[in-house]
Amino acid sequence: MIKIKNVTRKFGDFTAVDNISLEVAKGEVFAFLGPNGAGKTTTIKMLTTLLRPTQGEIFLDGHNVKENPAATRRSFGIVFQDPSLDNELTAYENMQFHAILYDLSKQLYTERIPKLLELVELTDRKDSYVKFFSGGMKRRLEIARGLLHHPKVLFLDEPTIGLDPQTRNHIWTYVRNLNKVEGVTIFFTTHHMEEVDRIAERIAIIDHGKIIAQGAPEEIRKSTGANNLEDAFISLTGHEIREEEGNVGQNIMKINRKLMG
Amino acid sequence: MRTIYILWLRQLKRFIRKRASLVGALGQPVLFLFALGFGLSPIYARAGEGDYIQFLAPGIIAMTILFTAIFNGVDLIWEKQFGFLKETFVAPVSRFSILIGKTLGGATIAAIQGVIVFLITLTAGFRPESLAMLPLAFLYLILIAFLFAALGTTIAARLDDMQGFPLIINFVIQPLFFLSGAIFPIVGLPKFLEFITKINPLSYGIDGMRYALSGANVFSPFVSLGVLIGVSIAILFVGAYQFSRVEL
Repeated sequence: MIKIKNVTRKFGDFTAVDNISLEVAKGEVFAFLGPNGAGKTTTIKMLTTLLRPTQGEIFLDGHNVKENPAATRRSFGIVFQDPSLDNELTAYENMQFHAILYDLSKQLYTERIPKLLELVELTDRKDSYVKFFSGGMKRRLEIARGLLHHPKVLFLDEPTIGLDPQTRNHIWTYVRNLNKVEGVTIFFTTHHMEEVDRIAERIAIIDHGKIIAQGAPEEIRKSTGANNLEDAFISLTGHEIREEEGNVGQNIMKINRKLMG
Repeated sequence: MRTIYILWLRQLKRFIRKRASLVGALGQPVLFLFALGFGLSPIYARAGEGDYIQFLAPGIIAMTILFTAIFNGVDLIWEKQFGFLKETFVAPVSRFSILIGKTLGGATIAAIQGVIVFLITLTAGFRPESLAMLPLAFLYLILIAFLFAALGTTIAARLDDMQGFPLIINFVIQPLFFLSGAIFPIVGLPKFLEFITKINPLSYGIDGMRYALSGANVFSPFVSLGVLIGVSIAILFVGAYQFSRVEL
């Protein structure tokens, strides 16, 4: 379903992703792990046509991502790490906007949107402006939106960041169900190792732009001799704390502070 | 078509919901109209040129459109920073439709503001020469709105944050406005200034509108139409290229 072949991405002199190769099978639940700034988001952006690889090739559902971005875009859904909703629109309007961009018929989206809003428990807030939503509600809405066009691959870039355990539980149950029932391939990143343990069939760990380990969670744990995946992760990627370069989240916070005085 | 429509509709909804910015955007043209209009009209009359409000009103309408259109285009920078543009860019929609949707949205908002300011100029004593020419004035109004919404969007495609915004105001919008014949006649100017006004597309928009509203013009109304359309197409070409290169 996903094939990454010797892909490198540079920003000026900085190599964010350094010659990685990776394959994800159809219907697989794949976790892409790494410390902050390791290259996870850059990789997802290349997979989703937002960034072009400096070198190498990517295939998604058989489409060459670089040469045929339009066909690629139909195949996947994505929940971004940073919010990407329009705050001035209502929950329903955000969904409707998405549906029309993906060319769903009116009949189809008027049927699907209420179901998805029900699923993420936002039915009673469907006509509220997104700017009044809490962080968790926004995440849930983004997840519902990412599923609206029934993608073959769903990318989730730290989807549970800032969510309480109840919501996290809810979302992963749904994602796993989606994978089992509809066969949607799941490609996700997270910093919560218990989430990986719970749903990932295979993982890859990236650090400093290079893939340093790949395999089933159990294999990775055993190969490092650690007791659990968290310890295995730390033994592979070291103890020091990373700074994320050019953190978009921080930028937004800065802007917010300026605006709000 | 549907995607262009939904992009357009989204911008219009945002505009209607933000009433404060709607009213705020009228402050500047009203100030210019009353301060310049009434302040300079005795001198203008003494110079034997007639009624200054009659001359100024089309310029102030065009100014409103210029500012609103470019600001709405530049809005794209916020969408880049706040992430919404990613949602649009990963969708199976051509970048060109996104550019057109965004431009039409900004142009519509600017045209609405232009019409509101036109109504305000009536309260300041402006009287169109002929009602039959109003549709033509409206056509110029729309073309000016489209051109500068496209320009704003194209500029925004190149910028990553709002740091560049003062540059846009001081080196794009203000020169376009002051060097366009909006507030003074562009005949008998020093050669250098005359040259600048003649390469400024806004001069043609204002001249066309002044022709339709006040019955006075420097360029042929057809030349003005041609320049507005031609420059808009050229900007769309550049914009399409810029959009195809945007990475988020």
